Formats: sequence, structure tokens, C-alpha cells
Amino acid sequence: MAKSSGRLGPTRNELPKSPTGIKGLDDVTGGGLPKGRPSLVCGSAGCGKTLFALEFLARGALDHNEPGVFMAFEETAEELTQNVASLGIDLDDLVARGKLVLDHVHIERSEIQQTGEYDLDGLFIRLEHAIDSVKAKRVALDTVEALFAGFPDEMILRAELRRLFRWLKEKGVTAVITAERGEGTLTRHGMEEYVADCVILLDHRVNDQVSTRRLRVVKYRGSLHGTNEYPFLIDDDGITVMPITSLGLDHPAPTERVSTGIERLDFMLGGKGFYRGSSVLVTGGAGTGKSSTGALFVDAACGRGETALYVALEESPHQIKRNMGSIGVNLGRWEKKGLLHFFAARPTAYGLEMHVAVIQKAIEQLNPQVVVIDQVTNLEAVGPTHDVKLALTRMIDFLKSRRITALFTSLLPLADEIDHTDVGISSLMDVWIMLRNVESDGERNRTIYILKSRGMSHSNQAREFILSSRGVELADVYLGPEGVLTGAARAARVGRDKAEALTRRQEVERRRRELESKRAALKAQVVALQAEFEIEEAEVLQSIEEMQLKESVLAEGRSEMARLRGADPDGPTNRRQRNGQEGGASEQNREKAGRAKAGPGRRAGR
Amino acid sequence: MRLYVAGQTPKCLTAFSNLKKICEEHMAGRYRIEVIDLLKNPQLARGDQILAIPTLVRKLPEPVRKIIGDLSDTERVLVGLDLRPLKRGS
Repeated sequence: MAKSSGRLGPTRNELPKSPTGIKGLDDVTGGGLPKGRPSLVCGSAGCGKTLFALEFLARGALDHNEPGVFMAFEETAEELTQNVASLGIDLDDLVARGKLVLDHVHIERSEIQQTGEYDLDGLFIRLEHAIDSVKAKRVALDTVEALFAGFPDEMILRAELRRLFRWLKEKGVTAVITAERGEGTLTRHGMEEYVADCVILLDHRVNDQVSTRRLRVVKYRGSLHGTNEYPFLIDDDGITVMPITSLGLDHPAPTERVSTGIERLDFMLGGKGFYRGSSVLVTGGAGTGKSSTGALFVDAACGRGETALYVALEESPHQIKRNMGSIGVNLGRWEKKGLLHFFAARPTAYGLEMHVAVIQKAIEQLNPQVVVIDQVTNLEAVGPTHDVKLALTRMIDFLKSRRITALFTSLLPLADEIDHTDVGISSLMDVWIMLRNVESDGERNRTIYILKSRGMSHSNQAREFILSSRGVELADVYLGPEGVLTGAARAARVGRDKAEALTRRQEVERRRRELESKRAALKAQVVALQAEFEIEEAEVLQSIEEMQLKESVLAEGRSEMARLRGADPDGPTNRRQRNGQEGGASEQNREKAGRAKAGPGRRAGR
Repeated sequence: MRLYVAGQTPKCLTAFSNLKKICEEHMAGRYRIEVIDLLKNPQLARGDQILAIPTLVRKLPEPVRKIIGDLSDTERVLVGLDLRPLKRGS
């Protein structure tokens, strides 16, 4: 159809496509294989060609109501049925329902003797009969190259194959033709010359003893297609292709916060924890509590009723559950409730791409809100750092696009290398929490810092990270003139501080007592002085009285003398006498006043 | 013996006449030829695993032998049928 439209002029009709039903491949090819045309799938032995062809037919029959014909040149129908039964495809059922024809073409070189000109009309007739019997829309030939082994005259074969593919096109069936990969060429027998509309190359590579399957669309006439090598995996659900470039940097940024599972860590992160959908990196040396941090995060998420996935690349789920029990985190109960799921695989179990693919697939199936990957450093065992970074970038994009809060743990070889994570992924992360072992006084103590946390105010303080059977506690580290102290040193220092404080309090108390007693002593002194003064005063008063008495006696004596002398009693003498008496009294008064003037201090003391 | 053909193509006609000639020459009266036209009975192609046309299938005696082509190479046909040429044998 595209061909005719091309001839007719610039009608930009999309090339009609036949969805393969293979996860991811339809994204890469923009909808599937070219409808009504043959496509070539080539690859070396064991890379999944037959499965590719079979899945194409089975998905077509099941999901798109397009019956198919599978012509097998290598395996018998029984073998094929058995092989794909493990992938959940029931070929017998499809055959019984008239959705599929399995035709095994047996070619035995020793039985065949060529005696002149021939053609492959027999094959055509068989195929046509099969197609017509189920009204097939899809055809798979696996692998047509077996003909080269069976029939001697290559010239005739090539001409016949060319005719076959043209004939398939005329029939309007979407065909998948598989071919073995040759040395330096796509296929051993140059099949790509005949089938030129769409060529898909499957590859099975082994790097460092770890195998990765990759798929590449080499050619796709009349259509845009992804040109990269895409890793794909074969598992219980058949083939899954992982498009690398289908993810971009346009994921939403939620403002909702989720708890870290550690109260004080939440507080350090602006009081509320991580942003939902953010990626968190927890780095630290061996035994700094990375897994525990992850487990607490998961525990908190499940406590909120969210679904969580714990990807364990290091420990088995049982081991994790047991170990986390020791810090009071019971992960088993969430697993029983179906909120927590474990996904455990040794990093070396499969290749890096496969890991990412498998993890992504698990995430797609479970659709969790929280994912913990413990720990990404292990992935380095299966791929170079650069690849690991790429794979993780993809993973992070994938997680972010699904608003999944993810916590990655990563091992740091040396505590000193703060700015170095071995996979160089820190720049991709939104939050970076650093766990460190501080060694001093013959002990190692865990500390926790927040190195970065995008988009929120966060504490710049180090905290001591204490794991106990009650869970995790963050304690303030001791900050003083001697530097940061943790653990026993901190406890000792705190004790010493306590003792010092006590001493200071005692000192104050002592001073106060001293002051009291001084005051008491002073009081006593004052009383004594008062008493002394009173005695003195009494003495003085007495002497004054005596002197006054003496004076009056003298005055009496003088007046007696005057009377005796016969002085005029009413004369001036008498008057003087009276005055004198008065003068004496005033004199006494004056003396009193003077004394009063001299002794205000003493009187005040009283 | 069965000869599989597809319609009346020149190749098929040549094959049939060649076969007839060989049989008459080497085993007159001791053979039976069954011609099957796959255009009329396409389902039969599956049973004898026929791909090439024309194909001559010798069922008996075992083992099954398939001779493809228009049977113009008499030597090869005889080898394929496991027959010794009469001339040489006599």
C-alpha cells in the first residue's frame, strides 16, 4: 500500500503496521512490523529467533485476531509446543481453535537426489494451503535457510526464494523470516538481499562471562525506527524489549513529602522527609547501616499502606528479614500483607541490561510507590562503570516517570572519598545521604550526614547513627573544642561535662554559704559593737549626770554664800544666779547635741 | 512410486515422460506410478514432505528416496531408485 501511495504522489500515509505484541518492540518500530510484507529476523544460534517468530504469531492470533502459519524447518511441531509452553503460550490450543497452523518441513539431504530442473512449488502449495485453511494474516518461516542444506542447486534455490518472498507479499501476509547470522554478513546465505523491507538483528553477547541479549532494527523501509541496540530479555512472558531512548527528562515533580522512616532524619530534611518521586542515594562504607536505612524507609512506606519493592542484589530476602528483625523492623508482616515484595537476584545472574529490564518489569507488574535497590554497586560486577551509569539513569528516569520514590544504596570503598561514588551516579540523585564510620579510641561509630537534598532546606549537621534493638536513633554528636566526638568518647565527654557542671554547681553553693556565714558574722559583730556602745553611752550619761550634780551642788554653795553675805535676793545676783542655772542647763544640752553629732554611725548601726 | 506434480507445467510433463521411459526400460511391468497433482490435493504435500516439484518418491523398498527435478539425468534417477542399469547388468 505504501508502495502504491509512493507511486501515486506525496500522500503521506503512514505505512500500515502489524503490532508484534512483543513488549517494547512496537515502541521501537513505531507500531510493529510492516503489514503485508516479509521481515527478516537474523541472529546467531540461541538468540531467540524462533521465539521471536512464534511470539509474533501467537500474539497476533490471541490479541489481534490475526491467525498465523508457522513453518518450521528445524523443529517439529511437538518440540515447538513444548518449548514455548514454558512461556505461557499454548500452541495446541491455538491450533485446535484454528488460529494457528504448525507445519514442520522435514528436509533430509540423504533422501534427496537431484535429477534435473525443479522448482519449489511444493513448498508454495503447502504454504498456500496452510494460509488458506486458517485465513492466516501472519506467516513465520523458521529458518528458511535450512533449504540450502537440503537442496543442492543454489542457483535454483535463490531464484525460488526470491519468488517465494514476492509471492508472500502478493498474498498480503505479514511474514517473519528467520535466518542464521553469517560471518561478516547479516545472514549466512545473503537472505537480506531478498527480504529488504525490515531487518531486525538479534544478538547474544557475552561480556565478562555475562550474557546480554540485544536487538537492533537494522533497516525499516518507509518508516522511522529506533536505531539503537536495545537490550531484550526472554522470561516467563516471552520477549521483552527495553527501549532506552523512550524516556525523557519531562517527569513531573511532586511536592508531596514522604517520611524516611527515621524521625530525626525527617527533621534534618526540612522536617518532612523526601519529596515523593525523588531518588535518594545512601552511600557508606561496609557496615554503616545502608541496608537498615533502606529497610526503615520501606517499613515506613508500608506503614502508610503503600506498596514497596525491595530489590536485593546482595542478600536473600530471608536474610534481610532476619537482620532487620535485630533492629526492631519487622518486614515479614508487610510481606504477609502483600505490601512488601522482595526481588532478589545475584548481580552476576544476568547482564546489566537484563538486570535493569528485569527490575523494571517487576516494577511494572507491582506498581509500587517505593523502591529500594540494595545495592547498586553490585551492578558494577556485570558492567563497566559507564554502562552502569547509563543503566541507572534509565532506571531513575523510569522511576521518576512513575512517581516512585527510590532509595539506592551504594558502597563506598573508603570513607575519605566523599565526593566519589564508584558508579558516579550522585549527580543523578536528588538526595544524597552519607553514612560514615568514624574511628576513634578503638571503636567505630556510625555517623550520618546529608550531603545534598535538592529543593529543600536541610540540616548541615552530622548526627550519630545508633542501631539498637529498638530501631535507629540519631543522636547529636558532641561538638566541642576537641572536635566531633561519637560513641563512647561522646558518652565519656558528656559524663565529664556532667561532672564539671556538678562541680560548678557545688562551687556556687559553697560561695553562697560563705556569703551567708560572713553576713551572720557581720551581724554578730554589729550586735557586739552595739552592746559596747550602749555600755559606753550609759557610762558617759552617768558621768554627765554626776558632773551636773556637782555643778548644781557648787551653785547651791555659791548662793548659800551669797545669802550669807547678805546680798539682795531680788538683786542682780539673784537674776544672774537664775541665768547661770539656765546657762548650765543649756551647756548640758549643747554637750548632748555635740555627742549626737559625733555618733550618727553608731546610732545607724543600732 | 509416487510422482508429485503441480499442474501441467513443462517440467512436470517432462518428468512424467522421463519416468515412464526409465521404468519401461528397466523394470517393465514391475512398477506402479501414482501421479499426485498438488494443485488438486494440496494437503498431500505435508505427508511426504514435498517441497520441490516435481518430486518422485520411492516408498518401497525402504528407505524412502526422493528424486527431485525433471528426471532428465537417467543415471542419477537410477542411482536414486537404487536400480542397476539393465544394460550394464546383463
